[in-house]
Amino acid sequence: MNRWTPGVTPYAEMGYWNPDYLPKDTDVLAAFRVTPQDGVDPVEAAAAVAGESSTATWTVVWTDRLTAYEHYQAKAYRVDPVPGTPGQYIAYIAYDLDLFEEGSIANLSSSIIGNVFGFKALKALRLEDMRIPPHYVKTFQGPAHGIVMEREYLDKFGRPLLGATTKPKLGLSAKNYGRVVYEALRGGLDFTKDDENINSQPFMRWRDRYLFAIEAVMRAQAATGEVKGHYMNVTAATMEEIYERAELARDLGSVVIMVDLTVGFTAIQSLARWCRANGVLLHLHRAGHSTYTRQKHHGVSFRVIAKWCRLMGVDHIHAGTIVGKLEGDPGNVRGYYDTCRERVTHADPAKGLYFEQDWASLPGVMPVASGGIHAGQMHQLLHLLGEDVILQFGGGTIGHPMGIAAGATANRVAVEAMILARNEGRDVHAEGPDILAEAARGCPQLDAALEVWKDITFEYASTDTPDAIPTPTLA
Amino acid sequence: MITQGAFSFLPALTDDQIAAQLRYAQANGWSILVERTDDPHPRNALWDLYGEPRFEYTPELVLEDVRAARALGGYVKVVGYDRSLGRQTTALSFIVGRPAVERAFRVERTELADRRVRYTLR
Repeated sequence: MNRWTPGVTPYAEMGYWNPDYLPKDTDVLAAFRVTPQDGVDPVEAAAAVAGESSTATWTVVWTDRLTAYEHYQAKAYRVDPVPGTPGQYIAYIAYDLDLFEEGSIANLSSSIIGNVFGFKALKALRLEDMRIPPHYVKTFQGPAHGIVMEREYLDKFGRPLLGATTKPKLGLSAKNYGRVVYEALRGGLDFTKDDENINSQPFMRWRDRYLFAIEAVMRAQAATGEVKGHYMNVTAATMEEIYERAELARDLGSVVIMVDLTVGFTAIQSLARWCRANGVLLHLHRAGHSTYTRQKHHGVSFRVIAKWCRLMGVDHIHAGTIVGKLEGDPGNVRGYYDTCRERVTHADPAKGLYFEQDWASLPGVMPVASGGIHAGQMHQLLHLLGEDVILQFGGGTIGHPMGIAAGATANRVAVEAMILARNEGRDVHAEGPDILAEAARGCPQLDAALEVWKDITFEYASTDTPDAIPTPTLA
Repeated sequence: MITQGAFSFLPALTDDQIAAQLRYAQANGWSILVERTDDPHPRNALWDLYGEPRFEYTPELVLEDVRAARALGGYVKVVGYDRSLGRQTTALSFIVGRPAVERAFRVERTELADRRVRYTLR
């Protein structure tokens, strides 16, 4: 049939399927998990995804012939069945760089996940991973400061940073809130944090919170001689209000602000520019992400969101704990951490990474581990998550039986003892409980923390896991 | 008490413990700086270097620097520096000497309009 006959032609026959295509170094690549409707050929489904996320509509249009359409058409170039999961396929699609506006995650996401996720011929669709070529990476600002600059700014090196989210997350008055911040920071934490849903409610308006929190930060700095920070949540209904809040935080001397993922990609990019211009670190809380990242068959993997956030320019991003209360398969979480921190990541099915990614010297983002972690897990946290990470113990600080400052001290002693032991050549993963017990002999705060939380673990099967199958080896 | 550095919440490190950290630094290819100050203000990023940065060293050599720097009084820290691509920054920093009487800071407040306060640490 003629390619230009009016009517409906399969996407695969319109040029959106090309198994011989060799992706160019400059192409944006995407790996989609495709679940076609019964009777829909997986190759046609992959071609439909390529078509609907680039130039196609449902029918032939003659206006394609006014363009160099072969250039603008995305090309599905490979379709693999998912091991052990009948009915699901991984489709690899290449997009020419010309399809995207420079430095715009709004544009990239509108293109790649704009319409296609509602496509009727698919039961479900998931964006598993992307390869952003250095040519495109270089059009983004990237982290306002990045890991290296943040550490120099805070003068804190060689150990994970420690934080806590103020609890209860709702209901405290500004003065009570400031008390929690002060106790946690003077006790030994580096950061305290507003929670994602603390914005400006009737029980505590934003301006009052900032004034009391900064008093707490400054008092704690005086008490310890250390730089301290409280993530002032600037999330608000309009960009004007976001800037108004950010400016007050800056004027008061806060080293860091935070924003929720719910404000949207463009607001985050704007704020990242503001943060670089004003010397304020930008903490991102990934509020809402689990609505589309957690289920394996449909949505967008968090590894893609992490990539976009590094391009957008945040300095911190919550990326999972493995051992805490929130979803996080160990392999996948390592993939997220590598995506935040490394200069280059290589394709690694065990970590859920489908492509090599070269970050072209874009600074790294500090991953944040938060949610259901405590001092007794310090050896596991260091072993699994490494050193460039912020460990946030909210309940694990504020719930301490001897008080908030004692909880903070317990966490700080635990992390310092673990780093000291690791550097001395000890196997912290195996000897962790002994190292903590030794440290606790000189520290009643740590001793109490180990006792109260000794049996607390969160053992549930992960929903989102890599599909890697072990490579068969000859016996 | 000034709690800057990686190990301020632990008991003061012995020479053997400092040497173990220096061996770790050596194994990572880090160079070493010994720094000293009477002004440990958190924004003082430039403590005085004691001698020159050590690109080649033995733990004993650095410990001699540490002892000599301590004799001058004030705060002394050991800094491990990582020159590798993508870092090119301090990799580890910990205090190894303190004055008999620790420096204390106080918060000075200048009250501005709208309940704002400008803070200065002195």
